[in-house]
Amino acid sequence: MNMEKLFQIRFPAKAERLCLIRTLVKEMAESVGCCVDLSEKLVIAVNEACMNIIQHAYKGDESGEIVFEMLNNEKELHFRFVDYAHPIDLDSVKSRDLDDIRPGGLGTHFIAEIMDEYNIGHLDEGEGNYLNMKKNIN
Amino acid sequence: MKINIQQEDNYTNIGFDGAVDLSSSSDARKSIIEVLEQNKNILIDLSLVSYIDSSGVACLVEGYQIAKKQLLKFGLVGISDAAMSVLRLARLDQVFPIYNSKEEYEKKDV
Repeated sequence: MNMEKLFQIRFPAKAERLCLIRTLVKEMAESVGCCVDLSEKLVIAVNEACMNIIQHAYKGDESGEIVFEMLNNEKELHFRFVDYAHPIDLDSVKSRDLDDIRPGGLGTHFIAEIMDEYNIGHLDEGEGNYLNMKKNIN
Repeated sequence: MKINIQQEDNYTNIGFDGAVDLSSSSDARKSIIEVLEQNKNILIDLSLVSYIDSSGVACLVEGYQIAKKQLLKFGLVGISDAAMSVLRLARLDQVFPIYNSKEEYEKKDV
């Protein structure tokens, strides 16, 4: 099935940009037929993905750039992120046990709970990382 | 995000108005910690929270843990739908002391 690119956006790795990204995802998800509840969950997952890139890939370096694409093939929504930070330690990216109640480490859990699939890796062509997430919307 | 702080008889009521996200959660955290450092009971009103992310949730968890350690009363009240869905995802809706009203919090012993 053909994948339609709904949008691509490049933005600096700044926490203040995430409000815009959340609005964009919510509006776009609802425009392709997602209900409000689903679109809000997608916003949560996308927001957490961006936060992880800002905090752990770029480690707060606001000069970093995030490339974010949202794609649709009517049955699925795909969310693709690329950053140009130093390759992250892929083994360190995991959900934690929720019974271990502590302040951090929830972002990956939220992504895992909401999305049907996600995968993380290093860019082939040099420094950087990618994160792809997929949600069935049929 | 705006932070509204109201001193009540024997506790401090902090209300967050807006998004408690990565751009504002350090301010949220600071406001909670400052109350607890003064050894005051705390009630956090989330009724005007339009969005909360994992960094915002982390402030609440940290505040709750500090309050427990210091034997202070900690509560959440007026949780917005947006905030509740995130707390449920983190399964913290079963962990935090959640009150239906500030009167209910006031009646509860530590």
